[in-house]
Amino acid sequence: MLTLLFDGIAYGMLLFILAVGLAVTLGLMNFINLAHGAFAMAGGYITVLLMNRAGVPFLACLPIAFVGTALLGAILERTLYRPMYARPHLDQVLFSIGLVFMAVTAVDYVVGSMQQNIHLPDWLQGRLPIEAVGIGKYRLFIVVVCALLTTLLQWVLSRTRFGSRLRASVDDPRVAGGLGLDVNRIFLLTFAVGSGLAGLGGALGAEVLGLDPTFPLKFMIYFLIVVSVGGTTTITGPLLAALLLGIADVAGKYYVPKLGAFIVYTLMVAILLWRPQGLFARASAR
Amino acid sequence: MTTVLATRSLVKRFGGLAATNDVSLELARGARHALIGPNGAGKTTLINLLTGVLEPTSGTILLDGDDITSLAAHKRVRRGVVRTFQINQLFNALTPLSSLALAVSVPLGASSRWWRPLGKDAAVAAECETLLARFRLAEVMDQPVHSLAYGKRRLLEIALALACRPRVLLLDEPVAGVPEGERQEIFETIDALPADVSILLIEHDMDLVFNFAKTVTVLVNGAVFSEGDVATVSQDPRVKAVYLGEDHAHG
Amino acid sequence: MSDATAAAASTPASAPPLAPAARSLRGYARWRWWEVALFAALPLSWLLLPSQALLLNEIAIVALFAISLDLVLGYAGVVSLGHAAFFGFGAYAAALFAKNVMPDPIVGLVVAIAASALLGLASSVLILRGSDLTRLMVTLGVASILYELANKLDWLTGGADGLQGVVMGPITVPFTALKGFDFDLTGRTAYAYTLVVLALFLFVARRLVHSPFGVSLQALRDNRLRAASIGLSVPLRLVAVYTFAGAVAGAAGGLLAQTTGFASLDVFDFHRSAEVLLVLVVGGTGYLYGGIFGAIVFKLLHDLIAAWTPQYWNFWLGLFLVVLVLVGRERFVRPWTWFRAGGKRTP
Repeated sequence: MLTLLFDGIAYGMLLFILAVGLAVTLGLMNFINLAHGAFAMAGGYITVLLMNRAGVPFLACLPIAFVGTALLGAILERTLYRPMYARPHLDQVLFSIGLVFMAVTAVDYVVGSMQQNIHLPDWLQGRLPIEAVGIGKYRLFIVVVCALLTTLLQWVLSRTRFGSRLRASVDDPRVAGGLGLDVNRIFLLTFAVGSGLAGLGGALGAEVLGLDPTFPLKFMIYFLIVVSVGGTTTITGPLLAALLLGIADVAGKYYVPKLGAFIVYTLMVAILLWRPQGLFARASAR
Repeated sequence: MTTVLATRSLVKRFGGLAATNDVSLELARGARHALIGPNGAGKTTLINLLTGVLEPTSGTILLDGDDITSLAAHKRVRRGVVRTFQINQLFNALTPLSSLALAVSVPLGASSRWWRPLGKDAAVAAECETLLARFRLAEVMDQPVHSLAYGKRRLLEIALALACRPRVLLLDEPVAGVPEGERQEIFETIDALPADVSILLIEHDMDLVFNFAKTVTVLVNGAVFSEGDVATVSQDPRVKAVYLGEDHAHG
Repeated sequence: MSDATAAAASTPASAPPLAPAARSLRGYARWRWWEVALFAALPLSWLLLPSQALLLNEIAIVALFAISLDLVLGYAGVVSLGHAAFFGFGAYAAALFAKNVMPDPIVGLVVAIAASALLGLASSVLILRGSDLTRLMVTLGVASILYELANKLDWLTGGADGLQGVVMGPITVPFTALKGFDFDLTGRTAYAYTLVVLALFLFVARRLVHSPFGVSLQALRDNRLRAASIGLSVPLRLVAVYTFAGAVAGAAGGLLAQTTGFASLDVFDFHRSAEVLLVLVVGGTGYLYGGIFGAIVFKLLHDLIAAWTPQYWNFWLGLFLVVLVLVGRERFVRPWTWFRAGGKRTP
């Protein structure tokens, strides 16, 4: 049971890192980016290719995946995404679906459609026997890394100037712009970091979630659940939502395998019916 | 004096801020009542409360003696409580004609019909004709609303409210942004409303307030500061003091 | 009515001319020439293109599905990523009915329509509140839930293998002499059947959108606040249109199951919801016929491109979407605006 809980937490934290960029993009630029999963996939594939073709050690791949995906995000933000901010949500949905389709088929064409495997370094394989509860070393690693990242994020948001500028822009972009904040640059940086985190999550998650070209489509709904249930005005909201989702999914698949993902979807619909703005959202100016 | 619309100790808080602070107001039948006050005094909030767009933190709202505090916004409209918006709220993809036809069909009980076209109803068409003529929108009646000039949009904004056959009309700065020459005309149209329609008007232009209103309430920081007939209130030195330092360049 | 108007009504030749507003208002609902041509083209296509019946049947079903989405998206302004929920529900309802109760097509279709309408009614509560994202998620969620249910309840639905061996009986129209039209391999009966259903629903939908109810939908799409402020009950109208759209989508799904004899999980798939959204967007939202034009264009494009690159059709589809949105949906649907700086919108 505890193993399940721990697995759920690991899964949840991973989902959080994957989805946090999406939450901030939505809250900041009011942009529904269904292609967010493609950045995660990019990070995963960068890692796989570097490890399998170039023999780069796993730990080194992680920051490379982050930076690479962040760069990709920055370029796309500046060129493709920026003109889309003011568009109606339907246009954004169509646009990002188009991007996903392109990304998925492009990867399929270049790399092939089989699942990619990562050979984790030895010290990350196996289990730690703690209190007669086997805790997977890799999952522990994931939890630690994600927890560190979350703390870092929280610190950046609440203690740094960039953080307060970001929060101001999320609360009310017009006023923020009027106060002289370079909203464009904030958007660019935030989008890049968000994509980078997704890439890092993809790299971390390749072993646990499986990596193939359909990754963005398979997991898109999970990211969206985290964001819609968690709300877009805080970081803790999506974090809690991701943990809830992770635990519910893992527990559901173990106890009631017949129903599988059905539980997660039903839970989401029920929550959104009860609290349409998300479980943890607070009212913002928009 | 028969009271048509009244509030009792109406309060609306946003967090720690009381946008509406213990307001008890009475609107008589046939009133020509102005609501004035400095910016941020809570005038629009009060209208939002009266029309059901906002839910009060406490207090009651009474229409003809009935408690309508928890009545849904669209139901209040059907009981005759109609408002206009300070910033135009129009149906941008429709035409003035279809917007008015739709609004007109509500009091006629035709708005839920799903089989007969909107255009076939003679009563609806006739009322549209009247409204279009009165507000000089006839020439633009087939153009999409988003393409109209601001002045015409403002006229449509008010015409839509009148299409609802209001018993209580709440006007939020009806001539905001309208050029001087056209303001008087709009007010004449409002003035020509039946004498038993009660009108509450938010306005900054004091000339219009004097010309149009008989009674006035002054709202400051969400609370009623002064109340009475126009002449007395306008002479009140406290009221003048509240307005000193106010930026009068308000459109 | 006064005596004068009564007299005028009984002698139409000397009826007083309509005031301009009345004339315009009537004109909004008047049949345009191209609408008449379209309705005429439906039976003509059956007569003149007998060898293409199967293909045309597919297009007509997609068109009906897209029209149902137009009511929800184009007219009521609800962005849905899960409209396949109703399509799939109708498909499985029709297939299960034919297999387990009776193989009469028309009765089965009525059952499918009723079932999907109920689903529409039930799920309409979900789209009443919340932002665009919320609505996106709940519509996606409902479709995903149904997908999972169909997958797991394999004793009923055949699971991942789908529901096979749905054999339809002959079409028998009650109260008429029309009996015994068997579905055959050429698909001509199927296409005629689909066309009749399409034409019926299109006609009803047309009346709906020109009615006060239909105009009120557009009003609440444009400005929900103002719609409520003129006395319209927004939630009730959303429930009504969502229920009706569910019924129409269910009809399309039922037609698919009946004319192909098969129902599989992909009727609930995200791809199906995304595709119908694209079909509608290509044809144009908010004027009711976008579904038909979009279905034709989409199917032709699909067959063209898939013949050339079957594996990577999705790439070109994605590229097309991106370009479509960057160029602007409005401009795309009106090719004559491509060479003019900013086209003029017609009401």
